[in-house]
Amino acid sequence: MKKQKFSFYSFYNKYGIFFIIILLFIVCALINDNFTKTSNLMNVLKQITVVAIIACGETMLICAGMIDLSAGQLAGTAGCCAAAVLVATGSVTLAFVAAIACGVVFSYASGILVTTFELPPFIATLAISNIAEGVTYLYTGASAITGVEKIRWLGQGRIFGVIPVMVLFMVGAIILIHIILRYTNFGLAIYSIGGNENATRAAGINVNRNKRLIFMLSGALCGLAGVILTARMMSGQPNVGAGYEFDAITATIVGGTSFTGGVGGTMCVLAGSIIIGLLNNILNLMNVSSYWQLIVKGVLIALAVILDIKTKKLRK
Amino acid sequence: MDRNVIVEMRNIRKEFPGIIALDHVDFTLKKGTIHGLLGENGAGKSTLMKILSGTYPDYAGEVRMNGEPVHFKAERDALDAGISIVAQELHPIMELTVAENIYLGNEPRKLGCFIDFKKRRELVKEQLAEFELSFKEDDKMKNLTVAKWQMVEIVKATTRNSQVIIMDEPTSALTDAETMVLFDRIKQLRDSGIAIVYISHKLEEIYKLCDEVTVLCDGKLIGTDSIDKFDMPTLISMMVGRTVDEIYPPIDLPKEDSQEILQVKGLRRQGVFEDITFSLKKGEILGFAGMMGAGRSEVMRAIFGLDRYDAGEVILEGQKMVIRSPREAIVSGIGMVTEDRMVYGFVGGRSIKDNIILPNFDKYAPLLFIKDKKAEEEAEHICREINVKSSGTGTQVRNLSGGNQQKVVLAKWLVRNMKVLILDEPTRGIDVGAKQEIYSLIKKLAEENGLGIILISSEMPEVIAMSHRIYAMEGGRIVGEFSKKEVTANKIMEVIIKKGEAV
Repeated sequence: MKKQKFSFYSFYNKYGIFFIIILLFIVCALINDNFTKTSNLMNVLKQITVVAIIACGETMLICAGMIDLSAGQLAGTAGCCAAAVLVATGSVTLAFVAAIACGVVFSYASGILVTTFELPPFIATLAISNIAEGVTYLYTGASAITGVEKIRWLGQGRIFGVIPVMVLFMVGAIILIHIILRYTNFGLAIYSIGGNENATRAAGINVNRNKRLIFMLSGALCGLAGVILTARMMSGQPNVGAGYEFDAITATIVGGTSFTGGVGGTMCVLAGSIIIGLLNNILNLMNVSSYWQLIVKGVLIALAVILDIKTKKLRK
Repeated sequence: MDRNVIVEMRNIRKEFPGIIALDHVDFTLKKGTIHGLLGENGAGKSTLMKILSGTYPDYAGEVRMNGEPVHFKAERDALDAGISIVAQELHPIMELTVAENIYLGNEPRKLGCFIDFKKRRELVKEQLAEFELSFKEDDKMKNLTVAKWQMVEIVKATTRNSQVIIMDEPTSALTDAETMVLFDRIKQLRDSGIAIVYISHKLEEIYKLCDEVTVLCDGKLIGTDSIDKFDMPTLISMMVGRTVDEIYPPIDLPKEDSQEILQVKGLRRQGVFEDITFSLKKGEILGFAGMMGAGRSEVMRAIFGLDRYDAGEVILEGQKMVIRSPREAIVSGIGMVTEDRMVYGFVGGRSIKDNIILPNFDKYAPLLFIKDKKAEEEAEHICREINVKSSGTGTQVRNLSGGNQQKVVLAKWLVRNMKVLILDEPTRGIDVGAKQEIYSLIKKLAEENGLGIILISSEMPEVIAMSHRIYAMEGGRIVGEFSKKEVTANKIMEVIIKKGEAV
C-alpha cells in the first residue's frame, strides 16, 4: 500500500512532465506540417536558449527558497558590457569574461543584501535590477553598442550546418547545474536551505555563504546569457534583457520546481523551457497573436502551480 | 444534580498517535469558584481544557454544561456557549487598538453592516473602568505589556458573557506586581459568579488564588477536592508521583576517575540565562530538569552555536572554545539533537541519506562531489544498527514516524566521532517502543563509546532514571544539583518551585 503510493508520486514527479512534452509535440505535429521540419525545431531550441540559461540560475535560487528578479536585466547589462569590451579590445574571450564578471558582481550585491542585511530576495533583487538598469542606460546613453561582428558565430553559427552554436552553451549550462545539484555538497546544501533553513544551519552548514554562492553562480549564468543576447542582436542592446527573468521563472515553475523551495532540478528547467518554446512556436506558426500567447502563458503558470500544490496535498 | 455545577466532564478519553493523553478523566467546575488545574508538562491539563474549549472535537466521554450534554465541534461553539480560553502565549494583532481587539469579529453594528465606533469605544471604556485598568481603549496593542494583553483577553472574555474562563499559565510572563493585579481581577470575576479554570504548576499561586484543585498526572486523574484538603508536599507528590516504568535500562555510575570532557563557566546571555556553570565527564549522562521555559534549551543552543552568548567560557577537553556557529561545535565534537526536530532536526523533503550527509560534508564530500557509495553504505549501516524503520535510506524523512525521524536525527551524529552529545527532549512525542530504543542507545553511547551526554527532559521520571547527575534549572539559573543516589522527583520539584517563586 505504502509502496504503491510512493511509486505513483515518483512516477508523476519524474516522468509526468515528459509525457506532457510528448503529448504537446504530437499535437503540434498534427496541427501544423511545418512544425516537424528540422529548421523549425532548431529554431525552437534557439529561442529557448537564453531563457533556459537564465532559468538554470533561477532554479538554484528557487530550490534554495529564493528568487532573482534582476536576472533579465543583468543579462541585458552583461550583454552591453560584452559588446563594449569587444569593441574596445577586440577579444572575444575578454568579452565573455567581462560579461560574466558583470553578472557576478551585481548578483553578489544581491547576495550581500539578502544575507548580511537580511532583505527578502524579492526586494533585494528588485533593487539591484533597478540599479543595473540605471547603470546600463548611463553607460550606453540608451543606444545600442555596435561593432560586434566577431561573435557572429555565436548568434548565427551552426554545427554541421544544423545545430545552432548557442544551443551548445545552453546544454553546457544545464549539464553544469545538473551536476552541481545532483552530485555535490553545494547542491545538497541548496536543496536543504530551501527545504528547511533552520535545520541546515543546525547541521553546521554556512547558510549565508551558500546563499551568496548561489547568487554569484546565477549571476555568471546571466552574464553568459547576456553574451548570447548580444550575439543574437549583433549589438549590445540596453533594453532587451528586462523581462527574461519572468520567462525563466515561468519555465522553472512549469517544469515542476516548487516555489516553496527544496524540490526541483535542471530536468525541470529543460522541460519547462521546451514546453514554453513549443507553445510559442506552434502559436506563431498558427499566426496566433502574441497577445494570446501571453494569456496562454499565464494560464500555464497557474495550472503548473495548481498541479504542484495538488500533488503535495496528495502526498500528505 | 448540584445547581452550582456549570461544567461536568465525565470519563474523558483522548488519544494522540501512540499516546493516551487523557485516560478516563472526570472534572467538575462550579459557578463562582476558581479551580486550579495542576500537573507536570504533558500531564494532560491543556488537552483537557482544549476539549472543553472546542479545540479538540475528537474525544470519548461526556461533557455537560448546566446539566445539558454538549459536544463542541470548534472553538466558536464553545465561545457561543460561554466558554473562553486565555491562551498561555498571546498573539494579539499588534497594529489594532485595545477596543478593536476586544470586539474583533464581534463588533457592535449599526444599520447591519457598519461598525458602531462610538458604542464600541463607550463599551470598552466602561469595562476598562470596571476592572480599574490603566490603559485606554485607543491604545495600540503593540504599545502595551504582556500583562496588559492578558487583561485585554480577560476583558474580551467578559464581553462575550462568558460563564467559564480558562486561563493557561497566565503568570508565566508577568512580574510579581502584575500578578497581584491579575489575581485581584480574577477574584473580582469569581465574585460576579464566573467559573474560572486556572492552569498552573506554581503551587504558591494555586494556594493564594484557588478554591478547588484537580491534579492530573500522565493523563490520569489523581485527585480533586477543595484546596484546604491538601498541603503542599501532598500536592507535589501527587503531581510527580508516578512509578518509574520498566522502560528505562539500568544506568551504572561512570568510573570515578573518568576525566572531565566539557566545562562551562559563568555562561550568560542577557535576559535569558545567567551564571551557568557545570561540568561533564566522559561517559557521564548529565540530566537537566526543569519546567518548559526554564532556560535549559537556550543554554544548550548557545553551547552548540545556534544562539550567541554574552559572557562565560566553554572548555572542551581543557581547551577554551570559541563557538559562533554549529559548524564550529560539530567540528570540535559537540552534537545536538534539538528540542523541535521539525524545525531544527531534519530537512523533511530530503532522504534519510541526504540528511545524514548534511552535517558530515567533511566526511562524505570533503571537496565538492558527494561520495555517494560511501555515504549510502554508512547510512544503511547506522540505520540498521539503531533500527530505523523505513523502506530504505532513500525515503524522505517526512514520511517516517516521529520515533524514526528522531533516530535519523541521532544517526546524523552517530556516523562521526563525537565527544559530547546534547539531547533536548529526545523522546518527546514518540511512542513507547521508540523511547525504549532511544534510552538503550543513550546508555550504550555513554557506557561503550564514552561520550559525555547532556539530557534535557521535562519528564521527571525520564531524567531521574537516565542520568548520573542532575541539575535543576528555573528562571535561567541552575537552582540545584543532585547525585543519582539522593535525587527524587519531590526534591527537584521543591527547588524549582522555591527558586521559581523567589525570582
